[in-house]
Amino acid sequence: MSFAFHEVGKTTKALGLLNQNECIDNVTGPLGNPSEVKNFGKVLCVGGSVMIAPLLLQVKAMKAAGNNVTTILGARTEEFIMMEEEAKAISDKVYIATDDGSKGYAGLDFLRDLLKTEKFDRCVVMGPVILMKDVSEITKPYGIPTIVTLTPIMIDGMGMCGVCRVTVDGKMQFGCVDGPEFDGHKVDFDQLILRQRTMLPEERLSSVLWEIRGGCKCGGS
Amino acid sequence: MAEVKPKPKLNKKAVEMAKQEPKVRAKNFNEVALGYSEAEALEEASRCLQCPKPQCMTGCPVEVPIPGFIKLIREKKYDEAIALIKTKNALPAVCGRVCPQEVQCQNTCVVGKVGEPISIGRLERFLADWERDNGSQIPQKVPPTGKKIAIVGAGPAGLTAAADLVKLGHDVTMFEALHVGGGVLSYGIPEFRLPKAIVQNEVAYIQKLGVDLRLGNLVGRIHTIPELMKNGYDAVFIGSGAGLPQFSGCPGENLGGIYSANEFLIRVNLMKAFQFPDYDTPIRIGKHVVVIGGGNVAMDCARSSLRLGADVCLLYRRSRAELPARHEEIENAEEEGVVCKFLGAPVEFYGDESGWVKSMKCIAMELTEPDAKGRRGVKEIPGSEFMMDVDTVIVAIGQTPNPIIQRTTEGLQSDPRHGTICVNEVGKTSLDGVYAGGDVATGAATVISAMGAGKRAAKAMHEYIMNKK
Repeated sequence: MSFAFHEVGKTTKALGLLNQNECIDNVTGPLGNPSEVKNFGKVLCVGGSVMIAPLLLQVKAMKAAGNNVTTILGARTEEFIMMEEEAKAISDKVYIATDDGSKGYAGLDFLRDLLKTEKFDRCVVMGPVILMKDVSEITKPYGIPTIVTLTPIMIDGMGMCGVCRVTVDGKMQFGCVDGPEFDGHKVDFDQLILRQRTMLPEERLSSVLWEIRGGCKCGGS
Repeated sequence: MAEVKPKPKLNKKAVEMAKQEPKVRAKNFNEVALGYSEAEALEEASRCLQCPKPQCMTGCPVEVPIPGFIKLIREKKYDEAIALIKTKNALPAVCGRVCPQEVQCQNTCVVGKVGEPISIGRLERFLADWERDNGSQIPQKVPPTGKKIAIVGAGPAGLTAAADLVKLGHDVTMFEALHVGGGVLSYGIPEFRLPKAIVQNEVAYIQKLGVDLRLGNLVGRIHTIPELMKNGYDAVFIGSGAGLPQFSGCPGENLGGIYSANEFLIRVNLMKAFQFPDYDTPIRIGKHVVVIGGGNVAMDCARSSLRLGADVCLLYRRSRAELPARHEEIENAEEEGVVCKFLGAPVEFYGDESGWVKSMKCIAMELTEPDAKGRRGVKEIPGSEFMMDVDTVIVAIGQTPNPIIQRTTEGLQSDPRHGTICVNEVGKTSLDGVYAGGDVATGAATVISAMGAGKRAAKAMHEYIMNKK
């Protein structure tokens, strides 16, 4: 098993202190429904920062199913673009974009231009909510079926807590048991963004306290 | 064995069990009820009439030999008494605390016809606690049958089925999705009603019997039921519970600060959010909490909120008479300071600019004539809307079965409306060798009814695998 994560809060910072072959108390998975992979024709795969890692698994599978795959790697800055070589090795074409233009295209305007000239049969997006929202908005006028992978806050990930509820096509869905993949043209992203932020003060407190206490290796509990 | 003959006097009053004072306990998560002392247990046991045809046992879903264990208490043979209970009930420390005895064994107790029934639950608890202090005995192993059984879910139904099947000599593996065993006993029922150390002790007992407990293993995703059957299991029992929370469907329900009962209880009980930031999972509660619902889960949420420092109002759409919660729980909640508001239902939730709930619109309800089942319906009173300021709303209006196994098991029949797995009276599903019981088959019910289902299914599974081929 390999993990890709960004050190942003207490848990990921603690994870970052572990070495290979060290233990985590409990891991479970895979959770959620499997992705739909078949020969769609021409597929556009868009990944943002750390979610580039799982996206490449999908790129590989789409490729194996006979698709022509164009991959876009995006991030805030150059520093957060990862696995570029791997992406190039398995995709038919790779574009890179950053918010600040420090690497590749600046922002997503190039994608708007690309869609004017190239036709895609399916689009797969994994990354921050704002990226999935923007890409879904860009592909919508072209009617490209766009699948987003939602990672709302979850506690158990198996249908019990209901924290991961999202509104899709006006209906309540659970990210864990109904997802994680949903039709990007039907997701209420603004609500999701608000729900992602509900525990931010507590997340910050936890992270700061952990730093002050010197980063206990056992994970604290 | 010397027969101890109690004097033929009938004491109509039961021995009270000590509790933490309401004002004190409303501020801590320690257990509310403190249990009988030995002297109290002996006094209460002496009230039992030792009926030749014990009515109490007819009220027990797992057929605990009640007069028998009470007689052994009188003789101070506590080790024999607890061993006798455990021939039928693998979780006495749990049942002694959370069973609704007032509608089961104590409801049919003969003494109850003239006075207060024997406090069977408190005596059961006394023995279980005695055993925890004095060490448990493991019954002698029977010769192995060579048959492999998979149990899905380490909750009350699964633990009971596992215990019964392993005692018959089968090789039992129990798959639990969470990182601890116990199911609803761990994630749902709060510490102050059922201490988690006691749950873990009961789970450890099941493991000592020889059950192989595999944690963090979500059947339906990691292995499916057909895969388990293919991998050499002779029979499977599904006890995956009623985990999927229901919501009211009112506009604004996805605002921050609106928790399902499950989310709230999982954060507080399982993840110990009441000790945040020493534990990682947070809970934000604020000052004004409204709990929507009137069942035991709603009471648990209300009483937990109180302990987190909030003022708590319980909003229930029917009246006091229809509250589905145990009478004892309602009484405890009100003593501690939970305010009940009857005949009211939510209409809409409103949030602040950060997306956190700040107020809710409610509407007054009135009762209608009883339906065929005798339960009174409710209807809204037009124009009776009113507003409440809230920092937190907990929606405790029920759970439906977890859908993962139903969706990933071809040929497994389930009820399309309720999501429950269809079973016959002994728990057999539409698939050969696959049994189910507890909340996943009945919809949300009690711990003891799930245990009863686990017991019936275990018996049927034993017959099935021993007669196969």
